[in-house]
Amino acid sequence: MRWLERLRPWVFPAVLLAIAEVVLRQRASDALAPPSAALKSFVGLVADGSLLQATAFTLGSAALGLLVATLLGVSIGVLLGLSRRAAAWSELSVEMLRPVPSVALIPLAMLVFGFGLRMEVAVVAFAAFWPMLLLTQAAVRQVDPRLLEVSRVLELGPWDRALKIVLPACVPRLFVALRLGVAIALVVAVTVEIAANPNGMGYAMMIAQQSLDPAQMLAWLGWIGVVGFAVNAGALALQQRVARRMGAAP
Amino acid sequence: MNRLGSVVVFGLLLGLWWVASHGGWISKVFLPTPEATWASLEEGLRGDLAGFTLATTGRMLQGWLLASLVGVALGALIGISPAARAWLLPTLEFVRPLPASALLPLAIALLGLSAGMVLAVVAFGAMWPVLLATVHGFAAVDPRLQEVSRCLQLSRTAFVFKLGLPNALPDILAGMRLSLTVSLIVSVVGEMIASQPGLGQAILLAARAFRASELFAGIVLLGLIGFLSNTLLSFTERRLLRWQSP
Repeated sequence: MRWLERLRPWVFPAVLLAIAEVVLRQRASDALAPPSAALKSFVGLVADGSLLQATAFTLGSAALGLLVATLLGVSIGVLLGLSRRAAAWSELSVEMLRPVPSVALIPLAMLVFGFGLRMEVAVVAFAAFWPMLLLTQAAVRQVDPRLLEVSRVLELGPWDRALKIVLPACVPRLFVALRLGVAIALVVAVTVEIAANPNGMGYAMMIAQQSLDPAQMLAWLGWIGVVGFAVNAGALALQQRVARRMGAAP
Repeated sequence: MNRLGSVVVFGLLLGLWWVASHGGWISKVFLPTPEATWASLEEGLRGDLAGFTLATTGRMLQGWLLASLVGVALGALIGISPAARAWLLPTLEFVRPLPASALLPLAIALLGLSAGMVLAVVAFGAMWPVLLATVHGFAAVDPRLQEVSRCLQLSRTAFVFKLGLPNALPDILAGMRLSLTVSLIVSVVGEMIASQPGLGQAILLAARAFRASELFAGIVLLGLIGFLSNTLLSFTERRLLRWQSP
């Protein structure tokens, strides 16, 4: 019975794919292709290296954008978490800027940076910055007050207090923020490529659609799904591992 | 005091913008002056921009409502049966991280470059947070409440409306809030790609024509839509969930 349990998640997608295969084999169209054709197209993409190149571009720019967002978000978040006054004074600015949808900055980033890596990194960084900032701020607020008292007794300066006491104490929560950031960064990176940037997986998919190659388009769609699932699962595993290592409840 | 400081800091940011654009720190091609942005905003709201704002807001709200209705209904159907949960949930969790905008090319291939296509993608993309929140909310109904419902011989429909949905409501509302953000984002991207009238198309055209002040006016309006819809929703959320806190 164990192997039956293992198999269960795969049954529903397998049935769906089988139905799609049968139906789409019978009537070919410019819009859709049977899964077997998409798989064949996928093998072609792997063979000619375009899969690796596009995936590397998308993941690379998502990672760079997330790095920028993390550096800025964590440093400002620690500041706002430690000082009630700083948090209260910046509240209006944060509340006014945060709801701007990240995709609204695509045309602006296009104007400033042109097409390429930098515009995508800029939009990803803006999108991932806000959750990193707010979650870091909340994490710092929840640091045990006794630890802050210790830092006062040791007469640590503000710099030492942040680096030696506060940051280590909120590492598990920071990784929760990072997990959310990873999910946002990948979604925004693909969105930027679909909307404007002529690079990466999103653009490859748009081009496949525009050149009426549904098999290739579906191959990219499936691959984007697999990459998104794998990256998110990896981030979750990392966060849980850190949480266990640091002795916090997962 | 803090309220005042908050306003002062925001004012300082606007001042920094004024200085940066007037002092020529950043080229006016990228960064218009605050006055120019305001003028574009004022002029635009008397002209096209008002219609675009309404179009984008309407698209966002329609997609969001559709997503919420379908998401809650499907979620309740799947959530009420442990068997359906066991068979379907892994697939749903697999689709969740897929960027909604990645479905745009597929939707264009199927439905063409139309307003209906954009609406379909908005609704589909915004449905996931609500759907999964509803399923999880149903799965988390206290086992003792389930026993009570069995003792009272509640029918399935009665269980859904009297125990399942109220129990899942906090999760559903949190999911709906997330899906409102997704709706706005996908609406804007859809307008950019499919050239449907709206703020997404407006800011893309403004950027292509190097009209930075109109671009900024569009960004300001999109920020306002996001801000207002979020504020309204969290207000509603607090009212609806008042029964939970003693």
